[in-house]
Amino acid sequence: MAATSTQAAGLGWWRSGLGKFGPYLYLLPAALIIIVFRFVPILYSVRISLYRWGIAGAGAFLGIGNYAEMIRDGIFWRSMLNASYYVIGVVPLGIVVSLLASLLLNTKIRALGLYRTVYFLPVVTSIIAISMVWKWIYNPQRGLANYLLMRFRLPTLAWLEEPRGVVELAFSPLGIEVPGWCAGPSLALVALVILSIWKGLGYNIVIFLAGLQNIPQQYYEAGRIDGAGRLGLFRHVTWPLLSPTTFYVLVMTTIVSFQVFAPVWLITGPPAGGPLGTTKVIVYYLYQRAFNEGRYGYGSAIAFALFLVILCLTLAQRLVLERRVHY
Amino acid sequence: MRTDHAVPFVGIMSRTGRRGIVHLFLLAGAVLMLLPFIWMLSTSLKNPVEALQFPPTWLPQAPRFANYVEAWRAVPFPRYFFNTVLVTVAVLTGTLISSCLAAYAFARMEFRGREVLFFGFLAVMMVPMPVYLVPSYLIMSKLGWIDTYLALIVPWTASVFTIFLLRQHFRAIPRELYEAAVIDGCSRLGFLWRVVLPLSRAVLVTVALFSIIGSWNSFMWPLVMVNSKLLRPIQVGLAYFAQGEATEYTLLMAASTFCIAPLVLLFFVAQRQIIESYAKTGLKE
Repeated sequence: MAATSTQAAGLGWWRSGLGKFGPYLYLLPAALIIIVFRFVPILYSVRISLYRWGIAGAGAFLGIGNYAEMIRDGIFWRSMLNASYYVIGVVPLGIVVSLLASLLLNTKIRALGLYRTVYFLPVVTSIIAISMVWKWIYNPQRGLANYLLMRFRLPTLAWLEEPRGVVELAFSPLGIEVPGWCAGPSLALVALVILSIWKGLGYNIVIFLAGLQNIPQQYYEAGRIDGAGRLGLFRHVTWPLLSPTTFYVLVMTTIVSFQVFAPVWLITGPPAGGPLGTTKVIVYYLYQRAFNEGRYGYGSAIAFALFLVILCLTLAQRLVLERRVHY
Repeated sequence: MRTDHAVPFVGIMSRTGRRGIVHLFLLAGAVLMLLPFIWMLSTSLKNPVEALQFPPTWLPQAPRFANYVEAWRAVPFPRYFFNTVLVTVAVLTGTLISSCLAAYAFARMEFRGREVLFFGFLAVMMVPMPVYLVPSYLIMSKLGWIDTYLALIVPWTASVFTIFLLRQHFRAIPRELYEAAVIDGCSRLGFLWRVVLPLSRAVLVTVALFSIIGSWNSFMWPLVMVNSKLLRPIQVGLAYFAQGEATEYTLLMAASTFCIAPLVLLFFVAQRQIIESYAKTGLKE
């Protein structure tokens, strides 16, 4: 083994005196950081989650106690539901809007670069500054959002201060009262969804554009010869050939959206996660339990649940992508 | 070479008509994308009374640049900027050095455990930060690193994603080049420095840009690792400023503006590279 590699790589480095430990020296800095600050914490968190672990350090061994508490914790499930609502809001809508935009941009149009730059700008700006601007836009008394609604003679909304569900809000002017379980996510959460779609749009567009440009022109020529119209070309050429890209965007945005934290911490409430806990998402709940209340054990149990969800999403990506590689 | 067949819903019109419609939609989208930024800039230049006027004015009656000075002095923003620049530069340097070395080893050397190690690294890449935030905090406490720059810098001086990307590029460099260089008396490290890195300039720019953007915008990690006001990086400083230290939206918008300004400038300067980097690697935050 060592002999073949030496022959392949030439004898030069043999003489440098490092011998076969050489490769490990090259790996050392990165490996040290990754082992100490990634591997170890990930394993350590499993241990922490088995203890009552507070500010004073490890307390009583609880076994699966933290997990049992979590399963019975209504706020945990509510936070999972809120995060899921958020994902279900951000991902499909974001994909539809960005796909439409990238189809328009992929028409050899002039000023493509300019549009792309404008759409991409929010992606590189910090979520903190962006969130502040949107909080100001959503201001119920003085904000831009309500001003625009007024200009179009629509009823104004309380936005981030509105705990009622959007389904409930939609039906209440008709005099229909919907039962609590189908009230839907609060308008406050939907306001965060709008913010996030706006921020992430440019990313999706750039990925879609790359995907669209990879579709060979011959397929369109062939489709047109067969008499396909625009809709037909989209349905039978663009959409299937773009599906790996679409799926990639779907999974990436799902994984990232599920971890939403900063806007909830910054612009909801007070207290954050409000109104009435309707914007409390899972990562914020983890942060609150672990770092506001000093319950590291319980926080680690929540982290494990979060990890499971993300792992499932990643595996789903693998499975579906592998099935999608050839057409 | 017609390529506008990708747009399904604008079939009936003439070509120019279609072009017009496409531009109309894209322009409307562009206005929507820019509106929050315009609103931010506009508010940042208003006086406090005008900012609260309703219906609002689009352009400030008399631009008030003093808001920027006032916001800059209200909390230690110069210090926050210094912290972020320091962390960004340190993380960038560390990541580039450690990742180039590791990627070179993975790409060009053969040693026991290479595949296992590489697979382990990749597995770690899949684990999102909130999952290991709690144990990291406890480890930092044990090391006595809470409230130090070390906690903000050291854990981020290696990046699996960067290693992965660099490895792919390093592997594409022909082996014959290496053999020729060795005959000319080039050492292994010398080959990395004199041949591999100059040939990988584009991908190095990509990973550097990602590193800079990531460090500049990082929020949750420093929020947890730093309590002292003086060690806050820019995003945490801005967030606390917004959470009670500032009372006026005019000052807040001014602060938001100068906090995003450096990255927006970078974006305008390196726009093509940044967008292509995202398009090629598919990285998301």
